[in-house]
Amino acid sequence: MKIEFTLNERPVRVDVAPMARLLDVLREDLRVTGTKEGCGEGECGACTVLVDGRAVNACLIPAIQLRGAQVQTVEGLARSERLHPIQQAFLEHGGAQCGICTPGFLMAAAELLHREPHPSRAQVREALAGNLCRCTGYQKIVDAVAEALS
Amino acid sequence: MSASTLQPAPQTPPALALVGQGVVRTDGHAKVTGQALYVDDVRPEGCLYGATIRSTVAHARVTRLALHPDDAAAGVVLVTAADIPGENVVALMTDDQPALASAYTKHVAEAVALVAAPNREQALAAAQRAVVEYDVLPALFDPEVSRGHEIRLFGADNVFSHLTIRHGDATGAFANPPAGSRVVEGVYRCGHQEQLYIETQGMIATPRPGGGLTLFGSMQCPYYVHKALKRVLGHTDFNVVQAVTGGGFGGKEEYPSLVAIHAALLALKTGRPVKLIYRRDEDLRATTKRHPMRARYRTLVDAGTGRLLAAEAELLFDGGAYNTLSPVVNSRGAIHALGPYRCDHAVIDALMVATHTPPNGAFRGFGAPQAHWSAERHIDRIARVLGLDPLAVRRTNMYRDGDRTPTGQVLRDVGIGIVLERALERAEKPLPPRLAATRPGGGGPAARLVPSRGLALAWHGCGFTGNGEAALKGKADVALEGRDVVIYIASTDIGQGPETIFPQIVAETLGLPLARVRNAPHDTAQVPDSGPTVASRTTMVVGGVAQKAARKLRDALAAEVGFDGDFDRMLAARKSTANLRVQAEYTDDGSLVWDPKTYQGDAYPAFGWACVIVDLDVDADTGEVFYRRLVQATDVGRAINPVLCSGQLEGGALQALGFATSEELVLDAQHGMRNNRLTNYIIPTALDAPEMETVLVEIPFAGGPFGAKGIGEIPHDVPHAAVAQAIERATGAVLDRLPMTPERVLAALDTAAEPSA
Repeated sequence: MKIEFTLNERPVRVDVAPMARLLDVLREDLRVTGTKEGCGEGECGACTVLVDGRAVNACLIPAIQLRGAQVQTVEGLARSERLHPIQQAFLEHGGAQCGICTPGFLMAAAELLHREPHPSRAQVREALAGNLCRCTGYQKIVDAVAEALS
Repeated sequence: MSASTLQPAPQTPPALALVGQGVVRTDGHAKVTGQALYVDDVRPEGCLYGATIRSTVAHARVTRLALHPDDAAAGVVLVTAADIPGENVVALMTDDQPALASAYTKHVAEAVALVAAPNREQALAAAQRAVVEYDVLPALFDPEVSRGHEIRLFGADNVFSHLTIRHGDATGAFANPPAGSRVVEGVYRCGHQEQLYIETQGMIATPRPGGGLTLFGSMQCPYYVHKALKRVLGHTDFNVVQAVTGGGFGGKEEYPSLVAIHAALLALKTGRPVKLIYRRDEDLRATTKRHPMRARYRTLVDAGTGRLLAAEAELLFDGGAYNTLSPVVNSRGAIHALGPYRCDHAVIDALMVATHTPPNGAFRGFGAPQAHWSAERHIDRIARVLGLDPLAVRRTNMYRDGDRTPTGQVLRDVGIGIVLERALERAEKPLPPRLAATRPGGGGPAARLVPSRGLALAWHGCGFTGNGEAALKGKADVALEGRDVVIYIASTDIGQGPETIFPQIVAETLGLPLARVRNAPHDTAQVPDSGPTVASRTTMVVGGVAQKAARKLRDALAAEVGFDGDFDRMLAARKSTANLRVQAEYTDDGSLVWDPKTYQGDAYPAFGWACVIVDLDVDADTGEVFYRRLVQATDVGRAINPVLCSGQLEGGALQALGFATSEELVLDAQHGMRNNRLTNYIIPTALDAPEMETVLVEIPFAGGPFGAKGIGEIPHDVPHAAVAQAIERATGAVLDRLPMTPERVLAALDTAAEPSA
């Protein structure tokens, strides 16, 4: 099935099975691999991307839902050489360690900051509760998100 | 008693340009932009996909093994043990584990055979529906009866390791108890724990154009993979390259050898690149876990103060079906068994046995988190039995300079007193009233929440045990290449930061900016064997070797140009443009004396010290524990990079809180992991995690670069014990078994005495 949608502000066209996972469309068909797979069942959030501005697990979204959608991945966060404030904050606060969960956290955080530019720490923790990190204990991730736009 | 009477005050280290600075990690930009390449992000031209056919029973002879006829017809490739050109073994400490259990399987989820197909779905389906028939044999699951059991798994008696540490005369002390002494006994248990790196195991084997293979994948120890592949292939015409690795925690210490062997066998048979990536459910079911433990402690204590007069500690670990690194876990567990407390008459007996359970292996702490659990719970028991304050009992017993450990090592620069005082200073006073009612995920306004605080103390030996480092002689190369300096080490970055820390150490040593120093790719064709990335040794030991190599480079450059001065001035005077590469290897001054036969002597070159204070609320109706705040003060020697250092400590502490209350492995009838999904194996989220305050205490270790000690494991040693103490303090519920799930907390509440505070 041919599907057209917008990926990081560029039109793309893929020919995939209707129930192909968005995660595989990105990684395998389009070879855009910044979005990671951690569990394949919507528990870990490593594959979090934005679809029409909302954070979703790309492993749970079938391709058929993408028609005409605006999809944003970690590759679309930076503006040419200029990092998005949340990327910069992750670097400065030490929010990334092994980095495999980082793209998912960045997308979940980007959605939160769009909604709520100055979130409380409790709001940050709640917004990121769908993303698992095993390296950081979350402290530096919460620091980064809470202070990204301050 | 003030800290200053116990400890030398840590010296204020000299300010340096790079060391001690929280510089941004050098691999950070690639990681926040999605450009970092993990193994599954790479797809070589013509790549096939591999999958593993796994046993469904714990102990059996395999009587038939074949592809489903449709898969065979479709050209799916099957690899069995018969395809192994060399030996069918995973070379590690012993040779008991086969690469493929095509004829005889000793645990459920063991790799019996492999398949390769043009796409992932086809490979997985073929592995799933392959025909495997078994002649099922009786299985042995209970570690309590394993030693000497008639069902034989390992050696003559199913014992992977048994060791006894004798210090003083415990038997004599128990036989002649002084007036005012009392015997306190307890039993303590821990379950399995999964490392749960967020990136599953994965490897790509690619035939090289000129012959041989390249292995590229997720791993901690390229030279472990190299050692194992050499035996299976029967030659060394291959190289092993680490991909950016999505977490390890020990889970990628020895296990990737097996994944690499499998990928290599598939690539050999097909002549094509083969990618082998574990699904999460498969990874959880098949890979190594933290060893479950049961410990019995019997102590003779002074009834007035709780001072330890004599101790007998007996530890029993379940190693699972193969030896892996279990003897090392047994060893570290035994050495740390009494916690950071002096006891002049002790016998520690540690036994590691085999069962038909998937093998347990390396996991952050290596037996020390289990041993500390027992030690700290036992100190709390002594306080309870004697009606003393648990903190007072700790202060009475904790090590001081000049004390001897159970192995007879005389301790210097003991940091336990100062980390305790520093953590107490940072704990909020008094404990704030309950917060959890308004907390998302909390019990709501009607919840009966009991606030509480717990405290625990840890020590952790840094680096390999005894003469391990001197025997291994870890190597590091440093090379001048153009105007830049390149570090060649096998030590890998699995998130903890060597890609940044090594350049910091070398750049500082040479007086160069960080941007001109980098690590070479961790490729066995390029880097020397620095030893494995384990045991809190990378920064302290290999970092020291890299520093030594940097000094050698400076000397070599000075010799070449005829004067010793500023690095760039020497560089400007250099006529040659050839690369200048030097190597250093680990040596020590020979002052450490260790006898592996008696387990007496200097067990470690340095110890780290830590105090953890956890504030939490216990829900008296549901048994849930809600974490609020965690303070840890840890002696790190010298923080080369305080951001990376505290990040390690925070991550380790949360992993221990998961071990404390939520992470439980449920085993099925074949002793496979039944809850092998992230839906039901529960690790903490940002909402479960406490706010953390991390205090870096710097008592320098002369043998480490700029005074650094290893810090990778110590944060996992005692947070779980602090949680148990907090629950007991709040509710009177005594929990001596991990994890402290809501069900176990409720059961303990039912039998609890009146709350003690």
